Amino acid sequence: MDIFLQQLINGLVLGAIYALVALGYTMVYGILGLINFAHGEVVMIGAMVALSVIQMLVASGIALPGPVIAALGLLAAMPVCMALGYGIERVAYRPLRGAPRLAALITAIGMSILLQNAAMIIWGRQYHSFPALLPATPHQFAGATINDLQIFIVLLAAAAMLVLLYLVHRTRLGRAMRATSENPEIAGLMGVNINTVISITFVVGSALAAVAGVMISAYYGVAHYFMGFMLGLKAFTAAVLGGIGNLAGAMLGGLLLGIIESLGAGYIGDLTGGFLGSHYQDVFAFLVLILVLVFRPSGLLGERVAERS
Amino acid sequence: MVRRHLLSVGMGLVAAAFLAACGREAPPPPPASKAEAPKPPPEIVVKLGSVAPLTGPQAHLGKDNDNGARLAVAEINARGLMIGGAKAKFELLSEDDQADPKTGTIVAQKLVDARVAGVIGHLNSGTTIPASKIYNDAGIPQISPSATNPKYTEQGYKGAFRVMANDVQQGKVLGEYAVARLGARKIAIIDDRTAYGQGLADEFEKAAKASGANIVGREYTSDKATDFRAILTNVKARKPDLVFYGGMDAQAGPMVAQMKTLAVKAKFLAGDGAQSPEFIKLAGPAAEGVVASSPGLPLDKMPGGKGFTERYTAKYGQIQIYAPFAYDAAVTLVEAMQKANSTEPAKYLPELARISRQGVTGPIAFDGKGDLRNGPITLYVVKSGKWDALETVGGEAAAPAAAPAAQKK
Repeated sequence: MDIFLQQLINGLVLGAIYALVALGYTMVYGILGLINFAHGEVVMIGAMVALSVIQMLVASGIALPGPVIAALGLLAAMPVCMALGYGIERVAYRPLRGAPRLAALITAIGMSILLQNAAMIIWGRQYHSFPALLPATPHQFAGATINDLQIFIVLLAAAAMLVLLYLVHRTRLGRAMRATSENPEIAGLMGVNINTVISITFVVGSALAAVAGVMISAYYGVAHYFMGFMLGLKAFTAAVLGGIGNLAGAMLGGLLLGIIESLGAGYIGDLTGGFLGSHYQDVFAFLVLILVLVFRPSGLLGERVAERS
Repeated sequence: MVRRHLLSVGMGLVAAAFLAACGREAPPPPPASKAEAPKPPPEIVVKLGSVAPLTGPQAHLGKDNDNGARLAVAEINARGLMIGGAKAKFELLSEDDQADPKTGTIVAQKLVDARVAGVIGHLNSGTTIPASKIYNDAGIPQISPSATNPKYTEQGYKGAFRVMANDVQQGKVLGEYAVARLGARKIAIIDDRTAYGQGLADEFEKAAKASGANIVGREYTSDKATDFRAILTNVKARKPDLVFYGGMDAQAGPMVAQMKTLAVKAKFLAGDGAQSPEFIKLAGPAAEGVVASSPGLPLDKMPGGKGFTERYTAKYGQIQIYAPFAYDAAVTLVEAMQKANSTEPAKYLPELARISRQGVTGPIAFDGKGDLRNGPITLYVVKSGKWDALETVGGEAAAPAAAPAAQKK
């Protein structure tokens, strides 16, 4: 039982991480109907920038408590990512707004490769170790272990989702976003500056990506230039599972996907008598993607989306 | 509609991956010999291939190998060498196989097409084995500095050599050490499902079982993973007193760190893929007390270790693991050419097969299969943030006929 619980906790934290990234995908999709494949790369850049700042701070020998250093790293990474998100939209997506969807999709993938290679040139190709700055005191809980950082990540993902929900459904800006999402032309005629709204969406999503990047690197203790790729795919799967375009769906999809992966990796070996092993972990994510696309393309919570596109 | 849209997403991804795969082209080699001052000896350009993962999680190791070979070529060129009455100028063509077997065969073909005289590489067993067929078909000799899977030299290829002990030997040393010296009774094994990781883990399992230990769990990951919590939770449930990992440092580092956060109390043991300074960086404080083996002598005990370290670090910085072996591989190839007085693969291959020379890493001579004769294996432990040599098994004796463990299968 404690093993089951431990796998559940592992899955929950993993899922919260997917959810943090999936929120970024889903926000952009909700408004533009575009899958921003460069989002995973923004997460990676966030982690790398934060890492550089943190390494500088650590090397300079200023004695600061760990969480403060991590927070400073994050503070440096956020504006960079926000600028990057704005830049990506401005350079790669805005000129193609009227173009067929496939064109925008291909630029998104191109952007992703571009960012990955730029990061490879700047930060090198090796794995960087991310110092353990955040407290990770383990707590025993019904026979399973959970640490402060894990609790924090889950709470953070939930908070991010709530703030975004509030932003979209309760604020003036959110109303503009929803209007743009429904019909950009009419929203424009009604006095909504859709360019600004879309830019803000990207900027908010990218700030969130910076947070996700720092949390992920702190959790796994490593950062590298291609960490965004697989993460992006998994988060995309999570967003589709929950219903892409739906914020609560991204959260739900992320958590479910994390738990499916964790339990899958944990039990497949025993269930198949050792025929399939735990290295099939990634298979589960994509199996879920295929099943959802076949049986419920609009995802668990998504309804509107199907008719939109 | 969404479905179709997402389908096109998938196809776009495949297309992108394909484009990325064929995007890299080496710049064309510079024009061979320019017309020079009156009547110097004719100059020939001899191309050597060097293959290792230069991108991806093992890029630091790949660069290490590549630099080792590069240093050798630079030194040989600086000395100036006459082969077959011509002044030989060696040129190193570096290729990136991304530690991926598929890419490995593509770049191997590329080197064959570029008419290299010999190949130093590849780094991983998983890429070396499929690539070795291509080199063999083209008759090009190949020395791998670091591929330790026994299969590589068991295919019966005449031109396939390696300059370090293989995993049958290494797995045996590790398995016996785990039981006899670390007192392990219940052992959990994790591997990364590559030819190297899986092969080493299998050999380790055999040896540990033969020594009387119980294998309580076998888990798997990939050579690109960073999250090991799910499998470590399973491992923890089986209460092992030792965890063995067959794989590379990029996974071993975070794995050890995550073991600590999950309060897995078992000792950690690994093979040469994890025995790098990078591992200690990635694992952080959790690295303390980790034991790993590596074929070859400790760097400071290698006959040419001190000089090599000085020359290498002056040019390229810290040595990871295999740079001295890549250096030896390159020098060995050239020395065989020199002995045969030819850069023709068919002519110098027999010389290579019966070469006996003192390399930086120790005496270099090959057995009938192409394995290094009497390759020693050293065990290391992490002590206050550095790898400390514990003991060396085998080697030294240099009795040519012995090679005891090599045939054991």
